[in-house]
Formats: sequence, structure tokens, C-alpha cells
Amino acid sequence: MDWVVKFARSSIGAKAVVALTGAGLVGFVVAHLLGNLQLFAGPEQFNNYAHGLKSLGPLLWAARLGLLGMFVLHIGMAIRLQSMNKAARPVSYQSKKAQASTLASRSMLLGGVTLLLFVLFHLAHYTLGVVDPQFLEYKTAEGWHDAYKMTVIGFQSAPVAGLYIAAMAGLAMHLGHGVSSMFQTLGLNHPRYRPLIRGIGPALAALIFLGFVSIPIAVQLGIISLQGGA
Amino acid sequence: MNLTLNVWRQKGPDDPGRMVTYSANNISPDMSFLEMLDVVNEQLEEKGEEPIAFDHDCREGICGMCSMMINGVPHGPDRGITTCQVHMRRFNDGDTLWIEPWRATAFPVIKDLVVQRGAFDRIIQAGGYISVKTGGAPDGNAIPITKTQADKSMDAAACIGCGACVAACPNASAMLFVAAKASQFAHLPQGQPERYRRAKRMVDQMDEEGFGNCTNHYECEAACPKEISVENITLLNRDYIRANLTGVE
Repeated sequence: MDWVVKFARSSIGAKAVVALTGAGLVGFVVAHLLGNLQLFAGPEQFNNYAHGLKSLGPLLWAARLGLLGMFVLHIGMAIRLQSMNKAARPVSYQSKKAQASTLASRSMLLGGVTLLLFVLFHLAHYTLGVVDPQFLEYKTAEGWHDAYKMTVIGFQSAPVAGLYIAAMAGLAMHLGHGVSSMFQTLGLNHPRYRPLIRGIGPALAALIFLGFVSIPIAVQLGIISLQGGA
Repeated sequence: MNLTLNVWRQKGPDDPGRMVTYSANNISPDMSFLEMLDVVNEQLEEKGEEPIAFDHDCREGICGMCSMMINGVPHGPDRGITTCQVHMRRFNDGDTLWIEPWRATAFPVIKDLVVQRGAFDRIIQAGGYISVKTGGAPDGNAIPITKTQADKSMDAAACIGCGACVAACPNASAMLFVAAKASQFAHLPQGQPERYRRAKRMVDQMDEEGFGNCTNHYECEAACPKEISVENITLLNRDYIRANLTGVE
């Protein structure tokens, strides 16, 4: 297994790890979005889904550990690569003009760290109930956790809804560069597919952004309320 | 034309260096950028000052020696040309120009605008040889090569090793250079026997030299005087990953 460590330490190997774990995390984001969109179908559907997830038991923990592993590898490798990049140019230019890079491509690390802080807040908010301990006490008629009520009450606060929308804009920017980059890093590109691959990151990022922000916006507008979904 | 030049002056590798402002007066718009610097240097010498050191050789855009950041862009504002092919008519009378050396740990400044690009030579050496049969000269058309592959190889081989890709990259990565030098062979039948070994050794040497890591900004492609495509980087990524997964030494 010596070669695995050596490969992961090389510049291309380390980037391949970031790309593969990034792909896994994008998969999680998409699955999470599809789950969340069930809020529009009303309390019964959403709570059934939430209860179903909670009932997975060991599978749920396996998924959580897998996610944690991907997060750690993705962030750890990215920080290592970035510190090498800083060391590769200790004296910066007095004048430097960007010709091809984008705000998204230049802010991957900053955006990533911001997202990490958001994820921690998000876990404290809805999973651990740190922000409002009441959140975990809501119960449905079946005696399950009322995740629908928790989410709707959470997003009825305008600052919270605003924070989530801003964080999703950050996520969209991160994925806009990251998803297209993933293909290039893994060597999966070809002149014929180059426009497609360049476009897929921004397109997927826009879809994910619209999907996620539709929820706090719908709650704020009263389209989703405690009485039911749209 | 009269111009104001902010030029990086550094006496030697250990000198911290600084920007110095000069005025370049009575510059003809028909001069090349390097001729303009020649004129400025003559004026400096007349005043008994040390002329600005810069790399140059063929002044025809093919050798890859000239290397400077002009207003924050390697080889100046026009695409697909080297510094020596930039003409002063490209600028306006009264402009202020910023002239700096390539900035990278792997390219230490020797003096003023001159940097040491020996790291590139060591990467080429690490790539090694291609297998060829000795003996009589082989027939020119003995090995069939498609036009597409020949074109791709020639496009990659257009790299003159100037280092603009490194200079332009926000991470000071040499991936475009290494990719061009590896894929000029990877596209041809003659380059196949050592293809994966070559990719592995060149990338490992690149890492050792202290270049940064490519994060797909594609600044290199925009800055390259020979307009080398980042598709070469895709190929290098693929070949390097394959070399590692299949245990090519």
C-alpha cells in the first residue's frame, strides 16, 4: 500500500483525492436536496421520509462516517495543496491581471472554509438542536420527531433564512468551479466534451442553489407553513 | 512616445529587490518592447547606472528566452506572442508600465528580470529517452500516424519552455509545460513504450522542484505565447493516474 500513500502525496494524486471526495460530497448534496424538497409535499410525506432515514440504524451511521471521512480527506488535502501553492510563490506580483480565472476558481479555499462553518452551524441548528433545544422535542401523532415543524419554524426566522440563502450562494460558487474541475483533474475531458464539461459545474450549481433556496423562500412567503406544504 | 516604467531591480539572488521608476522618453511606436528596454539601458549607461538585466536571444518569438510580466500579464497584453514580439504601438503615450520577473520558488531571480529556469531542464531530463532503433535512417513514412494525432503532437511540441504558464498561474504550477512536453510524445507511436513512465517521472520531478499544484484556473493557457491547450493537462493527469494505478516505474 506504499504506492497509495506516495500517489496521494503527489500533486496530481492529492488533487484526485480532492476530486473523488468532492464527487462523493456532491452526491450527498444532491440526495439531501431531493430529500428536502419533500417539504413541499406536506408534513406527512416529509416526516415519513425523516423517520425512514432515522430508522436506518447502523446504515445511517455508516453513511455519516463515510461522509465525515470524505469531508476530512477533501478539506485536509485541499489545505495541504493550498499551502504548497502559497509556498510556490512567496513573492507576489505588484501588478497581476487575471485573464482566465474566475472569482469562483480563486475563492475555492475561502469558500470551502465558509461552507465548513455553515455545515457546523447547520448541524448545531437542525441535527443537535443547539440553537433551539425545543426543535428536537416536536413530536408527530405517531410519536416520531416532527422534522417538518422544526424546519418550518426554523426558516420562519428571517435572519436564519437569509443565512441559509447566503450559504447556498457560497455552495453554488464552490460547485460551479469544483464540479467542472473534477473532470479535468481525473483526466476525463476531451475537446468534443470541453464545452459540456465547462458548463456542467455552473449548471449543476445553479440547479442545486435554486432547489435549496426554494425552501426558506417558500417558508418566508408562507407557501410552506405549519398547516401544510404547497 | 513618453512612458513611465516601474521596473523590478534586484542586484542578485540574495538582494531583496525593489521597484524602481524610470521615464522612457522619445520611444518610437515601431520599436519592439525589448528595443525600448535597450534604449532605456543605453540612457542608464550614459548616466553611469547599472542597465536593467533581462533575458533575450532570438527576438523572433521562437527561442523562449524573453520572459517578463508586462502590466501583470506574462509577455504583455497580446495573446499568442512573446515579449520580443510586443511593439510599443500597443501602448499609449503617457502610459505607466509595470515590468516584473516571473515569480516562483522554482524560478529564483538571478538579477533584475532574469530568472533561473533550470527546473524545466531537470523535468525534461527526468522524462528520459524515447526508444528508437539504431542503424540506417528509417523510412519517413514507415510508421502510420493519423493527421489528428500528428497535429496534437505538433501543437504540444510548439512549447518553447519560456515559463509564462508558471508565471501566470496563481499557484505557480508548471503543469502546462510538463503536459506539453509529455503529450508531444504521448500522441505519437514512437512515444508509447515509455509513455506512462515518462508522465510519472516528469510529474514527480515537477513536484520536487517546488512548483505549485494546478487548480484549473487556466491562466496558463491564456498566457502561453504558443497557445498550448490545457487539454494536454487532461492527458497528463490521465497518464499520471494510470501510471500510479498500474504500478509503472
